[in-house]
Amino acid sequence: MSDAATASPAPAPARRARVAEALLPPLVALLVSVVAGDLLILAVGQSPGAVYRLMLEGTWGNAYGFAQVLYKTTTLVCTGLAVAVGLRAGLFNIGAEGQLAAGGLGAALVGLALPAGTTGLIAIPLCTVAAFAAGGAVGYVPGVLRARWGAHEVITTIMLNFIVLAFLSWILTGRLRVPETVHTHAIHAGALPRLSAWWAPFHGSAANASLFIVLVAAAATSWYLFHTSRGYELRAVGLQPEAAESGGVNVGNTWIRALALSGALAGLGGINFVLGYEHYYEEGFATGAGFLGIAVALVGRSNPLGVVLAALFFATLSQGGLAINALVPKQMVDALQGVVILAMAASVPEVRRLLTLRRRAR
Amino acid sequence: MTSPGAVAPIVRMTGIAKRFGDCQAIADASLEVAAGEIHALVGENGAGKSTLMRILAGLFPPDAGTVEVSGHDVTGWSAAEAIRASVGMVHQHFMLVPPLTITENVILGREPRRGLSIDMPRAHREVAAAADRNGFRMNVRACVRDLSVGEQQRVEILKTLVRGARILILDEPTAVLSPPEVQELWRVLRALRADGGTIILITHKLDEVTEISDMITVMRAGRTVARFPTAGASPASIARAMVGRDVALMTEAPVPQPPAAPRAAAGGLEVRHLVVAGERRARAVDDVSFTVAPGEIFGIAGVEGNGQSALIEAIVGLRRATSGEIRLGDRDITARSVRERDALGLAHIPEDRHRRGLVLDFSIADNLILGRQREYDRRGSLDRARVLADARAAIERADIRPSDPELPARALSGGNQQKIVIARALARDTAALVAAQPTRGVDVGAIEQIHARLRAARDAGTAILLVSAELSEVLALSDRVAVMYGGRIVSIVPRAQASQETLGPLMTGAA
Repeated sequence: MSDAATASPAPAPARRARVAEALLPPLVALLVSVVAGDLLILAVGQSPGAVYRLMLEGTWGNAYGFAQVLYKTTTLVCTGLAVAVGLRAGLFNIGAEGQLAAGGLGAALVGLALPAGTTGLIAIPLCTVAAFAAGGAVGYVPGVLRARWGAHEVITTIMLNFIVLAFLSWILTGRLRVPETVHTHAIHAGALPRLSAWWAPFHGSAANASLFIVLVAAAATSWYLFHTSRGYELRAVGLQPEAAESGGVNVGNTWIRALALSGALAGLGGINFVLGYEHYYEEGFATGAGFLGIAVALVGRSNPLGVVLAALFFATLSQGGLAINALVPKQMVDALQGVVILAMAASVPEVRRLLTLRRRAR
Repeated sequence: MTSPGAVAPIVRMTGIAKRFGDCQAIADASLEVAAGEIHALVGENGAGKSTLMRILAGLFPPDAGTVEVSGHDVTGWSAAEAIRASVGMVHQHFMLVPPLTITENVILGREPRRGLSIDMPRAHREVAAAADRNGFRMNVRACVRDLSVGEQQRVEILKTLVRGARILILDEPTAVLSPPEVQELWRVLRALRADGGTIILITHKLDEVTEISDMITVMRAGRTVARFPTAGASPASIARAMVGRDVALMTEAPVPQPPAAPRAAAGGLEVRHLVVAGERRARAVDDVSFTVAPGEIFGIAGVEGNGQSALIEAIVGLRRATSGEIRLGDRDITARSVRERDALGLAHIPEDRHRRGLVLDFSIADNLILGRQREYDRRGSLDRARVLADARAAIERADIRPSDPELPARALSGGNQQKIVIARALARDTAALVAAQPTRGVDVGAIEQIHARLRAARDAGTAILLVSAELSEVLALSDRVAVMYGGRIVSIVPRAQASQETLGPLMTGAA
């Protein structure tokens, strides 16, 4: 019919442009952080080239270092996915820290309860589900608080971190810990094999088979978000809750479901340490990994594949910090992480603007 | 487009282009406005009218072209510079602080001072004097939140005038006004013109153009396509210039036929003694009762903010009723959820498509299944092939353009976005349809098509509740007409007994 329709000036945004818009901000952020890193390194009187070379050698340059990167990646994928699922539903889950710890204790409790010698075929799934469920239970609470009483999830998830960590500490010190330590006894069943069991050069590294479980979880999360009707509802609620509500979607239940799933994914990260590495729960086993998940999700653009790549990047930084400690203080890596996050936050709108300018110029 | 007149135009915009992202809002627009005239800038939604005027008001620079005001090249100036040069714009959405008084709103940012404090007596005096001078009847000590929308608009105009505007731009000023308030606005604008002021009026309502303006510039698809004096132009000729072809105008629509014979056993929609709480009022809907028969369009006219939104939300299940009953056919649906009501055959065209109607960042295809997404589950995941196939069929049927189902809804014009909402609501047989502002912000060509679809649904036996702030739309479509004022239905009359003249006063509570 009308010229009006054809007149609507809306040429199809080329798929390539969309891909560019998704990939450029992280690359720009990376570039900015490299420059900032150079300046920091120069400021302490070292050569940036030497420091970066050392960082690469200590991470991707040798088997042990790379395996350690994989180990750190595993936890960060989980907390990154947790924050990403929340963001997709329009919710900011700051509680991954407590959910991760709860997941770790959940896995350890089941591993301690099982009789010694239980086959891994039974014990590993049970422990993994326990980690998932424990994190999910912690995520469920702010979900209900938000849906039923309108309590903002940023506040409740932050506050719940303190409550959950204190509660876990109480359980641990009350009856579970090995005297004079802050960890439990070793689990009787459910231990995951280390990667070094399959490839000897990884010897000595904590990297373990939970990496594969976590990668499957990332794929499943992607499938859930983008290929199921529940995931569709979750994204609709995140983008436009009122439109979703008009379409008959129960917004409150979707929030609860999203935060429970978010918490569960964070909790899953607990198996990396408990089932894969030390085989016991230890207080503070993953301090900081929950909060770093926020950075992972932001840099990964709340996309599960992006989260995996971003987790790999932040794990490299973190492991690299240990390697360069001889030349520069390892706190430099913390500063760099901050720079990456700030550059990422600033570069999303900036890249969009520049892409627009370039398109206009053509 | 150079005017042959000897008098230099006070505003001259030449070869303006402006692009936002992928959207070429203005391709090539030129405008000349003579001092002391009321100039109507008309065009369909998305034609670029507001963008062109925002460039004139200094809100953003053009990508190409020049802007001259009073003979000076002012291309790319800032909003502050525009205000200093006496160019003021009254936006569609008011920029007022509701808890403050009229005086406080008007002086905001330029308060007369005495020592460290504001000289309130002087401020009241000055604002009252300015109001008198411009023919506004208002109590400058009243709080803005207590004013009607029409009064708030006059405050907005006064604010602009007090800042020294001699070139006044009004963006769709009548969208929220009742007919008597529109007449009041025309009186104010004519007084301003008599005083030597220049007025540019953005509108897409043809009757307004012919009634108030001296000159007309028509925009279509980002270009200015015609410019002619109002004297001698007919609504039909203006519409042709806007759309580029002949259109059936709403005002020329035939009086609707009597309702088709109700389909057997179909029940219609019934509301009994409904009371709904609003954000500010305990009884936003106050004891409302009516029935909509199958095969009937029941239109509710009224100025916005008189309880229509609460009524609609209560009927479709988005807001709880305080008391009363809502029935669909022989079922009481008062306590049912949105999803259950939808499953029982109650469809909904929300009044605000950007807020309630669409997920703008979702694709057209994803928006078309909103609310039906679970029906597309196949072995645990969405059946993408079927979603896309159904989307292509719906796009074809509803003539949604562009027709790529993977495009985000955000990339479409208002009219095409609305076609998505309507296609979804009418995707299957519905017993009843709540159509709220179905053509708001939609261009003339799309209005025609949307009205045809509503009539077709009516003829197929759907009970349609139409709620519209456009009295002409209610009159063009309805079989029976009700007027809502202050949360109550103040009158229900058959279409044959309804007219602008009889309903206008009811809409203001005057009868």
